[in-house]
Amino acid sequence: MTWLVSLPVMLPILAAGISLGLSRHGFAQRLLTVLVLSAVFVDAVLLLVAVDRDGRAEVAFGGWAPTLGITLAADLLSALLLAVAVLVALAVLLFAIGQGTPDRAGSSIVPFHPAYLLLVSGVSLAFLSGDLFNLFVAFEVMLASSYVLITLNAGAARVRAGMTYTMTSLMSSLLFLTAVALIYAATGTVNLTELAERTAGLDDGVRSALGAFLLVVFAIKAAVVPLHFWLPDGYPTAPAPITAVFAALLTKVGVYAMIRTQSQLFPREDTWWLVAGAAVLTMLVGILGAIAQDDINRLLSFTLVSHIGFMLFGIALFDVAGFTGAILYIIHHIVVQAGLFLVAGLVVARTGTAALHRLESRDSSEGAGAAEQHGTPPVVTALFLLPALSMAGIPPFSGFIAKFALLKAAVADGGTAAYLMSAAALVTSLLTLYAMVRMWRAVSSPVAGPSGHQRLTVGATAGIVLVGLAIAAGAGPLAELSERAAHDLLAR
Amino acid sequence: MKSLDLTMALVVGGLFAAGVHLMLQRSLTRILLGFIVLGHGTNLLLLTTGGADPLPQAMALTAIVITFGITTFLLALAYRSWRLSGHDEVPDDIEDRRIGDVRERADTEPTADVEDDEDEGDDGFGGGPRARGPVGSGDRRGEEGG
Repeated sequence: MTWLVSLPVMLPILAAGISLGLSRHGFAQRLLTVLVLSAVFVDAVLLLVAVDRDGRAEVAFGGWAPTLGITLAADLLSALLLAVAVLVALAVLLFAIGQGTPDRAGSSIVPFHPAYLLLVSGVSLAFLSGDLFNLFVAFEVMLASSYVLITLNAGAARVRAGMTYTMTSLMSSLLFLTAVALIYAATGTVNLTELAERTAGLDDGVRSALGAFLLVVFAIKAAVVPLHFWLPDGYPTAPAPITAVFAALLTKVGVYAMIRTQSQLFPREDTWWLVAGAAVLTMLVGILGAIAQDDINRLLSFTLVSHIGFMLFGIALFDVAGFTGAILYIIHHIVVQAGLFLVAGLVVARTGTAALHRLESRDSSEGAGAAEQHGTPPVVTALFLLPALSMAGIPPFSGFIAKFALLKAAVADGGTAAYLMSAAALVTSLLTLYAMVRMWRAVSSPVAGPSGHQRLTVGATAGIVLVGLAIAAGAGPLAELSERAAHDLLAR
Repeated sequence: MKSLDLTMALVVGGLFAAGVHLMLQRSLTRILLGFIVLGHGTNLLLLTTGGADPLPQAMALTAIVITFGITTFLLALAYRSWRLSGHDEVPDDIEDRRIGDVRERADTEPTADVEDDEDEGDDGFGGGPRARGPVGSGDRRGEEGG
């Protein structure tokens, strides 16, 4: 059990060091990353089974007493999200390898693989972290490697985007550290289990202030409107696999941290109006932004912002049903959003442009003859269609199941805020469908660019789409698992 | 909960204010200085709130190491920006302005695809979803510069 909990963190870190030494041997480096991520995935699945059977597992590093040293803890929620996240990271890695990551630029080595391994390690640490300060370190590990990935071998445009991204993340990290300092000052501990006992005894005002502080910190990281501006600026400039893994994992880790801290440290009885308002704003502003965009990657980035609102929807309800919906939505969204970004990557790789109006103009300027010659392979259009429909919440895909869980929770709650959020969610789903149709026109239009067929990239995308379908197929057990995870969260 | 030393509180507040102010600047070097100052403020807060307790000191040490690493990265980024563009200022996002232009164009000229002049000649089929504005005068060339 000790090994199962610590391996997802330790193995990628060790491998990142080795990988850096293997910089001159591209094949060995790629093989190492794939093997390590596969091992971590197997480990995460085993951990999920073990936690499901034996309950929460906690590991104290280096023999320190749990409240003094570093603690890792795995419960249903963290094990479940870890398994999904690592699986998606593995698929995106295969896509990146298929696309050919630059291993060196001129004389300097481009450390894609070490940075990627560190990113996975940071994500694992964030999910498994048992204390608040360790969670801060996890965010730093994750973000530091993401700074490297987003500015890897970058030109002027990406350095600009990377700066905005880096600065915003740094600001939120320092706020997080400040929050940790204040929480320690108020309670004398940073261990999550201990904090859960001690925050109850705090003065109401202090308690609300600390809760709001952490909420803002994680809202920046999760790109909640009105703190979302960095995301559509930063993400679209990076290469497709990097955007995909960021979109799938980083914001969701923010949402996970929000769920973890708010449910355990600052539990409440009723609906949370503040978060409900943020949820409505995030859903609507995000999707309206997506509709206005002309660049498919930016369109998807705004869709990502918009759908963070659905997770807030579940958090705002603050009951078992709401958290179940939020967890289901996180799982669905990790897979589907990564799939859509990978498809966008395929389209851009084939056509050489990400601008919607250019993709569409090929349709009219080249006519039907060109379409017969260079039609977009049906595989790619199908790979787009499945996650796009899922994103819009069309039954029977995973998006429908997650949205249905949320709406069911809202009806069960029956409050004004719940109905407001439901209305916003329905409008957002419709508008998402519209945004996806816009993108569909571009994806399905004939292609004139080089049509080099890369089996690995298409295969990796297909893998992610299949995982999305598997989520829909296994919705029953998954919903039941999420419900137990939500129950555990609120029980303590 | 122990009471805070007023001097320390003021110093921490001052560091935060100066740090945030610097981080809002355009030049990456100033942003970097802002980040360092803000980091110092946070670490000082950690130490002040902890008193003689060793745990916050360990946390501050960890935070210092992290801040140090990030600072090195930011320096490298500023250097690359300087090499690529000759300065280290964070420029505006071009895509944002392009989207604004698209709206403006759709309002005044329903069909043409002005931005990509190479496409313009044969794109007379009614255009994409952007070309849905009211049919107005085609005279908008003059406004584009401003």
